[in-house]
Amino acid sequence: MKYLKDIGSYFLMLKRVFSSFTKSAVLKKLIFKEIDDLIIGSMPIVAFISFFVGGVIAIQTALNIDNPLIPEYLVGFATRQSIILEFAPTFISIIMAGKVGSFITSSIGSMRVTEQIDALEVMGINSLNYLVFPKIVALLLYPFVIAVAMFLGILGGWVAGVYGGFSTSAAFIQGLQEDFIPFHIIYAFIKTFVFAFILATVPSWQGYFMKGGALEVGKASTTSFVWTSVLIILANYIVTQLLLS
Amino acid sequence: MIKVDNIRKRFGEEEILKGITTTFDKGKTNLIIGQSGSGKTVLLKCLIGLFQPEEGLIYFEDKILQEMNEEEHRVLREDLGMLFQGGALFDSMTIEENVMFPLRMFTTQKKSEMLERVNEVLKRVNLENVNKKYPAEISGGMQKRVSIARAIVNNPKYLFCDEPNSGLDPKTAIVIDNLIQEITHEYNITTIVVTHDMNSVMEIGEKIVFLKNGTLVWQGTNEEIFKTDNEDVTSFVYSSDLFKKIRDIQIKEQ
Ligand SMILES: Nc1ncnc2c1ncn2[C@@H]1O[C@H](COP(=O)(O)OP(=O)(O)O)[C@@H](O)[C@H]1O
Ligand SMILES: [Mg+2]
Repeated sequence: MKYLKDIGSYFLMLKRVFSSFTKSAVLKKLIFKEIDDLIIGSMPIVAFISFFVGGVIAIQTALNIDNPLIPEYLVGFATRQSIILEFAPTFISIIMAGKVGSFITSSIGSMRVTEQIDALEVMGINSLNYLVFPKIVALLLYPFVIAVAMFLGILGGWVAGVYGGFSTSAAFIQGLQEDFIPFHIIYAFIKTFVFAFILATVPSWQGYFMKGGALEVGKASTTSFVWTSVLIILANYIVTQLLLS
Repeated sequence: MIKVDNIRKRFGEEEILKGITTTFDKGKTNLIIGQSGSGKTVLLKCLIGLFQPEEGLIYFEDKILQEMNEEEHRVLREDLGMLFQGGALFDSMTIEENVMFPLRMFTTQKKSEMLERVNEVLKRVNLENVNKKYPAEISGGMQKRVSIARAIVNNPKYLFCDEPNSGLDPKTAIVIDNLIQEITHEYNITTIVVTHDMNSVMEIGEKIVFLKNGTLVWQGTNEEIFKTDNEDVTSFVYSSDLFKKIRDIQIKEQ
């Protein structure tokens, strides 16, 4: 029962996010601020994780295929597949649920408990549009983050594979090109858009409807991470089932 | 003038406001007092439209809030200023941006005109040279003053204050109270202040409404409040030792 009510409040929230718009000059400024906070601000950690995890994927693959019958280019091939299909879109999104998601929940939640949201409403501003819409627009750039994660992940794999002596550069690059299915990229970016929407709206919803004080803001951030990551994993399953099987 | 007529508000099973009828006068500081949890904030939030009462009518002059259309609501909102309990300044904006915010939302003034008005009201609340600071960088009393500046920047006809001196030292609290009263008289505003502070009652209580468990049990002025026999009121007024002592001295003198 409680879950049904929660889900209801989420969809009602979405409806209000896209109604009675704030002045466009004001929204424009808010959108740029969100791009800075949510997208640009996430680049360093995403870059760092992608590069090193890409490297580890290459090393693990190489160590597990000691069999001389298996072609050397498999290292590049496996790195490409795991990074494009799962690591970059899904794994990075879970990390973003921790970073961006809890940032969104705690910033909106603290605006709730300090009555800043009431202050907006008294001035006749649709606070949901004011707070959430710019985040959704900013996260339309999220696929760009994932593209960078893909590139750096593969680069990390190449560096670790070649300089670690697990593969020659030529074999690695051959692996990257082997059996390349362009639809996989489309699949990955469709997922990314779905995850971006979850990342923008679920943490906002958790923060917006929270009650209590500073302590509850912390709890809401944790709950928000659980909801967001569970929904990302479920959405991943559904999208994969729909598009790849 | 604001008039409320038999307002009822419930949350779930619990009735928080149990039929409140009173008027708040223009050009006066009207106080809503009572213990914590008596429904003061809920009443205030009904007046500013954040909560919808289930029953009863709210009049702004001769217009009924519940019967206003979208356009009338918009016009009314421009006339409302609200000072929230914690200040509710936007912490991602500078002081200047905070005070300018209602002007950006409601008017089409040029930036320079807005800035001029912002400086004028900041000066009115005795704050200068803080324009570029963020709320977290100034003291609680200064935050309250910025909040007052933001509430009055668009020349409201109605000013609502929720516990304007909570969290302030007694001296700063009196400064804030007096500022609210001066502004009320200066601009002939209908001001409603929620408080549980007896000092405010003495300083600025031109009209006082006393709530207990969501019911209005007494109303009058700050002179009358010390003379009433209403037990709820006297036990509230004389809950502090200081006021008990003052009463004893007065009785002895008589
Ligand atoms: N949004 C809300 N939902 C449910 N109950 C509320 C809400 N706001 C206030 N209440 C309840 O209403 C009662 C009166 O609260 P309030 O008006 O804040 O008291 P105070 O007189 O201290 O300002 C309290 O019991 C509070 O729990
Ligand atoms: Mg209160």
